[in-house]
Amino acid sequence: MKKIMVLAALVAVCFAATTAWAGMLQIKGSTTVLPIAQEVAEAYMSENPSVKISLSGGGTSNGIKALIDGTTDIANASRFIKNKEVSLAVGNGRYPVPFAVAYDSIIPIVHPSNPVANLTLAQLKGIYKGEIANWKDLGGPDKKIVIISRDTSSGTYETWEEKVMKKERVHPGALLQASNGAVAQAVAGNTHALGYIGIGYLNDSVKGLTVEGVQGSFETTLNGTYPISRALYMFTSGWPEGEVLDFINYVLHPAKGQPLVKKSGYVPLY
Amino acid sequence: MTARHGWKEKAIRWAFAAIGSASLGLLLMIMVFLFMEGLPIFSKVSVGDFLFGKYWYPTSDPPDFGILPLIVASLSVTAVASSMAIPLGVMTAVYLAEIASSRLREVVKPVVELLAAIPSVVIGFFGMVVVAPWLQRTFGVATGLNLFNASLMLSFMSIPTICSLSEDAIFAVPRDLKEASFALGATHWETIYRVTIPAALSGISTAVILGMSRAMGETMVVLMVAGGAGLIPSSLFDPVRPMPASIAAEMAEAPFRGDHYHALFATGVVLFVFTLGFNLLADFVSHRYRQVGAATL
Repeated sequence: MKKIMVLAALVAVCFAATTAWAGMLQIKGSTTVLPIAQEVAEAYMSENPSVKISLSGGGTSNGIKALIDGTTDIANASRFIKNKEVSLAVGNGRYPVPFAVAYDSIIPIVHPSNPVANLTLAQLKGIYKGEIANWKDLGGPDKKIVIISRDTSSGTYETWEEKVMKKERVHPGALLQASNGAVAQAVAGNTHALGYIGIGYLNDSVKGLTVEGVQGSFETTLNGTYPISRALYMFTSGWPEGEVLDFINYVLHPAKGQPLVKKSGYVPLY
Repeated sequence: MTARHGWKEKAIRWAFAAIGSASLGLLLMIMVFLFMEGLPIFSKVSVGDFLFGKYWYPTSDPPDFGILPLIVASLSVTAVASSMAIPLGVMTAVYLAEIASSRLREVVKPVVELLAAIPSVVIGFFGMVVVAPWLQRTFGVATGLNLFNASLMLSFMSIPTICSLSEDAIFAVPRDLKEASFALGATHWETIYRVTIPAALSGISTAVILGMSRAMGETMVVLMVAGGAGLIPSSLFDPVRPMPASIAAEMAEAPFRGDHYHALFATGVVLFVFTLGFNLLADFVSHRYRQVGAATL
């Protein structure tokens, strides 16, 4: 469904490019932030028909690179900008300004029949490093743990690597799935699997675990008690003005942009 | 009048030559692009470390770019898929061309060819949702997303190619060869086994190789059902990560012209070399072993 919407938006953008020059807004970057940008851009364009938004993914690094080169107005990022990137931007006379637009929370999941309900960060790290290989060591049945991870390029994996693995490597025997949906699907179909997905993708076919005794929710993400979460950003070049400012305000608006953040499967700011 | 005619003829010839060379040129440029984007990685890792390295951690710090598990995965899914698809495909072809009534053939052959029209994502989804849980229940394996599942799905995809092309080859065996065999008192089975199949062998081999090449390059199915673990498999039920799956999963977020990006293109080069090899082999076999007359049987 999301793919279809992206496609529809692309077609819309193509048409838009031919009809109007005025009010073009370029947004590039993280595919993690893309669903949010997608939803907000659609709503924003329907409220402001004179503004045409051109939206593309390509990854956080590509978005920030485009901001440095001045080929985009807004760069979506699933991480904070790196020092090296800031100095490159400043060298080009551009000052990146960050706006946290949402939070992403990653929840470890198991099959609903699995009796394990809580894991510590150390246990999660041990499992994903391949040191803990059996559910019986965690209070479950005597079954091998089937570890499901994300492809190494995804934003979800990056968060997991940073917050759980502390930069250590995931065991090469882990299964890799290419999307949150595919991980949920794989865990739902395997009684002794362990995976992790963005909070927006939780459903009844899988069981979300508590981490360090904390249930991952919007509330625990925002008050900082849930350990596996991070902010998602939009970067502008210099303090935003005109349409860019208008768009950023729209994204941050509690009644306009933020409900769409929730709709895209992420944690809104308020 | 004739002069104008000649001019027109020339124009048409040039137009077709231009169209033909445009598509060739585009393909050539894609190939050049593939190599241009792939080769820079070898300034960071040696060819040996790239091809025979056992660990693929492209985003770690420091990264590891070893694609041996990926190559082994591609080769093993292709081999297992072929071991299922070749007997089924070729035998179906023999049945359709030699044994089935012509009315049955007219129904069954299009149906087999229709199998080729099933989108690979649908086959992948079937493997993920139906076959994987079934494998887990029936064989008690840790995960149903594994080498065997991927091979099974890939064999579904290559059977239509193998069957359809083999059937054409068998059907094209000259009638007089078979009639001569019957005249010598050979039974139907002996004729099929000793005359028809050897005579069609080059066509069948081409079909088999093209089918294998399809299995090797197929992306969606292996991305969905192979499991994706970057380990050299030790059993038929281990999860694996073939080359196309790795490229498809990671390319979108690999930093543009970074090491990871170049490494993925280099993986593409390796895959290209493999499939090119298959296709050259198919071409060679179909020319070298072409049946020209009864004398070579």
